Amino acid sequence: MKFGWLEITLFSIVLVVVISAIFVRGKNWLEPGFWGVFAIVSSLVMFSILWLLTFDTLKKISFGSARVPSPTVINHKIGFEYDPDKKRYMPTIGEEELFFGKKWSEQEATQLLTKGKLVIQSRNCMDCHTLLGNGAYFAPDLTKSWLDPKWQTMIQPMIGVATKEETMAKWLQNPEYYGTWQRRMPNLKLTEEEAKAVVGYLKFMSAIDTNGFPDHFGKSPAIF
Amino acid sequence: MKESKDLYESQKLAIGYWIVAICLFGAQLVFGLIISYQYIQPEFLHKFLNFSICRLLHINSMILWLLFGFIGGIYWFLPLETEREVVGIFLGKIAFIVLTAAVSIVVLVFLLVQIGKGEMLTLWLVTEGREYIEAPRWADIGIVAVFSIIFFNVFASIWKAKKLKGILWVLIVDLLAIIGFYIAGMFFSPNISVDQFWWWWVVHLWVEATWEVLVGVLVGWVLMAVLGTSRKIVEGWLYLEVFLIFGTGILGLGHHYFWIGAPEYWLGIGGFFSALEPLPLVAMIVHAVYDAGVHRLKTINKPAFFWIVAQAFGNFIGAGVWGFMHTLPQINLYSHGTQLTAAHGHLAFFGAYVNTNLALIYTALQRIRLHEGSILDGTLWKWVFIGLNLAMLGITAPLTVAGFTQTFVERAVGGSTWQAYIDAQSHPWFKESMIWRMGFGIMFFVCYVLLVADLLTIGKTKATHQQ
Repeated sequence: MKFGWLEITLFSIVLVVVISAIFVRGKNWLEPGFWGVFAIVSSLVMFSILWLLTFDTLKKISFGSARVPSPTVINHKIGFEYDPDKKRYMPTIGEEELFFGKKWSEQEATQLLTKGKLVIQSRNCMDCHTLLGNGAYFAPDLTKSWLDPKWQTMIQPMIGVATKEETMAKWLQNPEYYGTWQRRMPNLKLTEEEAKAVVGYLKFMSAIDTNGFPDHFGKSPAIF
Repeated sequence: MKESKDLYESQKLAIGYWIVAICLFGAQLVFGLIISYQYIQPEFLHKFLNFSICRLLHINSMILWLLFGFIGGIYWFLPLETEREVVGIFLGKIAFIVLTAAVSIVVLVFLLVQIGKGEMLTLWLVTEGREYIEAPRWADIGIVAVFSIIFFNVFASIWKAKKLKGILWVLIVDLLAIIGFYIAGMFFSPNISVDQFWWWWVVHLWVEATWEVLVGVLVGWVLMAVLGTSRKIVEGWLYLEVFLIFGTGILGLGHHYFWIGAPEYWLGIGGFFSALEPLPLVAMIVHAVYDAGVHRLKTINKPAFFWIVAQAFGNFIGAGVWGFMHTLPQINLYSHGTQLTAAHGHLAFFGAYVNTNLALIYTALQRIRLHEGSILDGTLWKWVFIGLNLAMLGITAPLTVAGFTQTFVERAVGGSTWQAYIDAQSHPWFKESMIWRMGFGIMFFVCYVLLVADLLTIGKTKATHQQ
């Protein structure tokens, strides 16, 4: 769709007012029926526009679109950099890198992410953490967790494995043991396979174009 | 005292719904107190009843008790509106028993099983793991089935009474929308952006659109019952409210689409329409204050009247002002997913929905316990009214401060990392806020106990007098 938000907004309001005006001609504005017309027209118009936008949005956020990458994005280096044209932070998808020591085919990657999403739901992650900013506020936001410097500065030396993905998978299987502050994540009995799938999901999620949220993630000189 | 045989069967069913509602309200508060203490002492019940489990029980029991309360309101007023017993009331009673049993099973599974393996079976039997709609899939299907029976009760009764107009017309369409939107939340997608897109259809289009309209209907009925407001006035305002609620709230959905991967046009559409979402709430205040003024505050039901006025203001301040505070994208970029959302959620749900349910129950109690023409009043309800409102403000204020601290320290300055999160949570403004919140939470619970005592006794003592 080529229209911007202002065109859509003005169009929907004008449509409600014009159609309603046609139907209320001759009605007294103090009669309930006058406002009944507005109620029906605004509900129908706004809901129709929501449907149109829904089709457009679903197309633009499917796997492999410009905003939501293909599952095979886990085979690439991912970053989060300021985009001087858009004037906000954007995920960057860089050169290829191995993930858990291998390159994942499209089918394998899709299976991994499906598993990861199922694990995230079955353990109620969202009732402590936020994902894309939605959930509960008892634990950190996970939108860009893959890019969090703490994995390399604190957790990796503690666990002592070679790569970031292995660090995260090991930590997820025993978070209580490797506590980072007084609020400890409980052990949610993740198997090794499940932990890998979650790490894959976190890596994928960090590559979604979230319109710049969370702003300057991991770039604050005040903290790291 | 009136004999209960004077009531329609449907109204007796309403009382059943309200009893379960008030019990679930208590459960909501207990789990709320546990999680508020876990913010202060994170080792409390660690491993046995983790924060995530108590939190999902806190929010799910809230959704359910509010729904039970609304359904009670519908069953209470429907026979009065249609002047006949509800059609298919036997089915309605079975639906009530099935719904209550299903809720008990879901709660027990949440408490005892808690989590499952990462496979589809867990989503069907244990939890769907999506905030607010964690109920497993079998329960989702059950909820839709039960709602369809309730919808049949409502529609068939109105149809037979030939009263498909005005308020009842709005009720029918709104109930259909409530059932329809719930179905949008019943599928799995590995793509989290698609998942959250549909998830908000349920959560937003319920809480910020269809529920608001349902409350408009219920509040209209209460105003007619306790103030004697004319039907024409109520209908006129209701249409205006529907116009404004759906006119702003449907595309206001966009304010949840800012950061989930959805296209940029949602920043503008969501920001614009959600900024207008307080308009219907202003209309509701004008409506309530106007009616109260016209009738010179003369009411036959003091507690219901006070709760309905509190509803108008609570809805506007909680949903309108606290919502507007962080709905524009330029602010939400930093405040999204902080305690500011929790502050808004607490005040809005209390103001808009809890108050409506309490007004409904008091309205019914008068009919159940008093002779016609008597005024329902007393002393205890006043303390409960003041106490609950003060306690809720006392919960909201520190959450707002905590949210501000997070927005500032964790998001704007710290860049939202793990360490930035810890820094904000360890900040004195945040830690002290959690203690204040817990204190007012205890006060809220004490007032809840007094509320139950008042609901059980009001109208039975000599505190009432003839008009």
